[in-house]
Formats: sequence, structure tokens, C-alpha cells
Amino acid sequence: MIYADNAATTKMSEAAVRTLIETQAVGWGNPSSLYSHGQKAKEILEKAREDVAAVIGAEPREIYFTSGGSEADNQALRSAAAIGKRKGKMHIISTAFEHHAILHTLKALEKEGFEVTLLDVHENGIVVPSEVEAAIREDTCLVSVMYANNEIGTIQPIREIGAVCRAKGVLFHTDAVQAMGHLPVSTEDGFDMLSASAHKFHGPKGVGFLYVRKGVPLTNLIEGGAQERGKRAGTEDVPGIAAMVTALKETVSHMEENAAHLTKLRDRLIEGLRQIPHGALNGDAEKRLPGNVNFCFEGIEGESLLLLLDDRGICASSGSACTSGSLDPSHVLLAIGRVHDVAHGSLRLSLGEDADEAQVDEIIRSVREVVEYLRGFSPVWRDLMAGKKEFIL
Amino acid sequence: MALYSEKVMDHFRNPRNVGVIEDANGIGEVGNAKCGDIMKMYLKIEDGIVEDVKFETFGCGSAIASSSMATELIKGKPLSEVRTLTNKAVAEALDGLPDYKMHCSVLAEEAIKSALEDYEKRTGIKVE
Repeated sequence: MIYADNAATTKMSEAAVRTLIETQAVGWGNPSSLYSHGQKAKEILEKAREDVAAVIGAEPREIYFTSGGSEADNQALRSAAAIGKRKGKMHIISTAFEHHAILHTLKALEKEGFEVTLLDVHENGIVVPSEVEAAIREDTCLVSVMYANNEIGTIQPIREIGAVCRAKGVLFHTDAVQAMGHLPVSTEDGFDMLSASAHKFHGPKGVGFLYVRKGVPLTNLIEGGAQERGKRAGTEDVPGIAAMVTALKETVSHMEENAAHLTKLRDRLIEGLRQIPHGALNGDAEKRLPGNVNFCFEGIEGESLLLLLDDRGICASSGSACTSGSLDPSHVLLAIGRVHDVAHGSLRLSLGEDADEAQVDEIIRSVREVVEYLRGFSPVWRDLMAGKKEFIL
Repeated sequence: MALYSEKVMDHFRNPRNVGVIEDANGIGEVGNAKCGDIMKMYLKIEDGIVEDVKFETFGCGSAIASSSMATELIKGKPLSEVRTLTNKAVAEALDGLPDYKMHCSVLAEEAIKSALEDYEKRTGIKVE
């Protein structure tokens, strides 16, 4: 099997699995209990908090463990909105291609009276900091821009946006779910809040964290206990949190070499797929995550492409409507200006650190053959080739 | 659990009657690229019988499988039977489709109906 869907989830690292099992065995006590067995778990938990904080240059008390990226995103937005509401600031700025954990929360906030501006992400999939600045109003309470996009992998100018927000005195949140462990992420970037998810960097599912700069009050999503400084009730998943930290420290310590290795493979894959006629890379070719490749191929539909790649042992994903469970293709592809007709024919390949050149070449060969095969009986392709329709790509 | 039944996967992987009939006397095309599904059916009708049928499809796995199954269900059949083919029959022959994919079988039914209408227009023969 060639696993090229690391943006969806990653395989847990062996070290993380070991930590999970070992902590499950020795650290299963309740960290809120006062006897030594509970305090042992508490010790593991607080050590984990220190380690996460150290990775991003934060203080331990600024790290809140959550059930993952979606919860962290929801809590960040809800908290900023609550602060805004108290001050009569009901305007939020975000982008058109955020993860649905952000977009759907914003929709809910709109129903509660907030006004939302979604910034253009342009053809290259990158937000322009001066446009963030121009969008900020007197009543803006939050700017939320993802660190790197989950579909097309484009990396946003977080530091510049952070500086803009700082200068204007507006809270800045970044969804770093795709970036954490893969890009150098630091509080020096200037964000006030950040969301991360363990299973995107070889940790377990169901665990993540929210960084919140001290002094920014959080609003609870879950009430019921004093855990996480009273801001997130529920007995902590100490083994999962410990395993997340093992995975995070591991990926961060190999970040440079992983990025160099993956960037080389990514560019080889992009080069290979560019040989397929009437296809196009989605998003900026360079300012993108080291392992992310995303193409549109005209005249075919993404789900059939995925199924046939699966038959060849290749795991990938697509932004076609059929794979999203709705009638519309990916909102990310539409946001960068791809029309429906070609957005349906999209393919995302997200390579993992264990990928190699032979795998990349196998992917190129397979995609080329499958695209050619599907075009062979596509009425759209026939019309394009016959000149009855104009090529878009 | 697999996304599709084995029959759907079989028809998707090995679609029957793929291609074009150059001298077709009934052609139907339905769907649109915006929604991600287009089906085109070519019929060669002689003496009230579908002598030959071919299809081309742009779409997902179940769209391709539905087209393939539909062609099998109408090949060699009299028009009286062909005109009453329902999307349900196509889906059932495929051992079912997920709910949100039922529209693929609807497209197959509509593609055949559209090809029959084209045949009526071209030949002036009423399909009954």
C-alpha cells in the first residue's frame, strides 16, 4: 500500500504507540485525585503541557488539551466572540478556505448576530496581509487565518498577519492543524490562539490542544469540572496526551530533514503529474506544505479516480462533490477560482515521511494511466477533444 | 464496510458496453459537468429491439456502474420493456446504492429515456 493521504490522518509513530501503552499501564489514575496514584497521572499530564509549551515557545499555562483540532477551533472562535460581544465588537475576519470547523462555527455565530468577512485567498491560495489590514474595522474582535490549508497545502503569511493584528489590537487565531509538526510554529509568529491536532503529526486521534496567550479569557464548550484550569471539563486522556507529546517532539526534532526529503519528493510528483495534459496544480507551487500535492484533471471525476487508485494500492483523496457528500465540490478549490467542472476532477496526494522516489514514480504512473482510462469514456473529454467545448485547463 | 456492493464495484471496474455507436439512431445525454455527472447513451434500435447499446460517462463510481448495468438491462430487449425501465430496477440489479448515490441510477433511467425520445424524433416512430 502507498499511503498518500497524510493530510487526512497519519499513522501513529512507534514511539507514540509505546508511550500510549506504557502510560495506559502506569498513568491510568485520575489526575484530579489527591492520592499518589492520581498525582502520578497529574505529573505526566503537566510534564506533557510543559513539553508542548516548549515546542511552540509558550508557557505551560497557555496550553489547553482538547479532543482535537475541531474542538480547539470551536473554542477559540467562541471565546473570541464572547470577548467581542462584551465590548460590542461583533465583526470577525477569516478566509474563504478555512476548515469547516472554522466556517461552520462562523455560520453559527452569524446567526447569533456576528458579522463575518471572509477574505479572498486568490488563485495561489494565499491570503494577502494588507487585505487583512484593510478588512479590520473598529468593531472587529477576531482574525482567524489557517497556518496551512488542509487541501492545497498553501502556507499563509502568519507572521505578517500577526503583526497587522497586533498593531490594530485585534485577536488573532490560527488553525495550525496541518502545520504543527511539519512547519516551524512559534508564538513569535504573533498569534494569540492556535489549534492543533495530534493525529496529523503521528499522534493518536481524539487529542489536540489549544494555545491561548495568557490574559485572553476562554469560554467553556464543556462544563462540569475544574480540569484545564476550569476551561475544559472532562477527565483528561493522559495516555493520549502523553502519546501526542512523544509524537510532537519526534516530528519537531526531525522537521528540517523531513521537510527537505518531502519537498524533493513533492516536487518530483508535481513535475510528473504536470506531464498529464489538461491538468493543473492547485495552489502556490512553492509556498506549500512539504508533502502536499493537489491537482485538477479536466474531463474526469475525482471519486472514480480514487477508487481506481485504491485498486492499485494507492490511498489519496479528492475534493469532488461525490467524495464530499454534497452536490458542490470542495469550497477550497472554488475559493481559488476553480470552476465546478474541473474542481470535480481533483486529486490530493499528501506524502508521509516514509515515502520514497519509487513510490512517487508509481503514483505518477498510476495517476497517468487511470486519468487516461477514465477520459477514454468520458463524454466531457470527447467534447473537449472534438472542439465542441473549450478546455479550461 | 465497503462503500459500494461487489456488483457496483464489478460494473465500475469492468464496465460493460463502453464506447460509442457511430450509426446510433437514438442518443441521449443527461446531467451536467457542474454537478459532476454526465451520462451519454447510444442506442441502435432495429425492429423495435435494442440491438446494440453503448455508453460514455463522466462521473463517480456509482454513475459508471449505473450506466453499465442499465445497458445490460436493455440490450436485446423490446422497446416496450426498455421504456419502462426504472432507476429502482437499475439500483436493485446493482444490489443497491448508498442513499446519496441513488441519483446516479436516476441519471441512467433518464439517459435511456432521452435516447428513446431522440429515436422518436429521428425516425418518427412512436415508442410504446
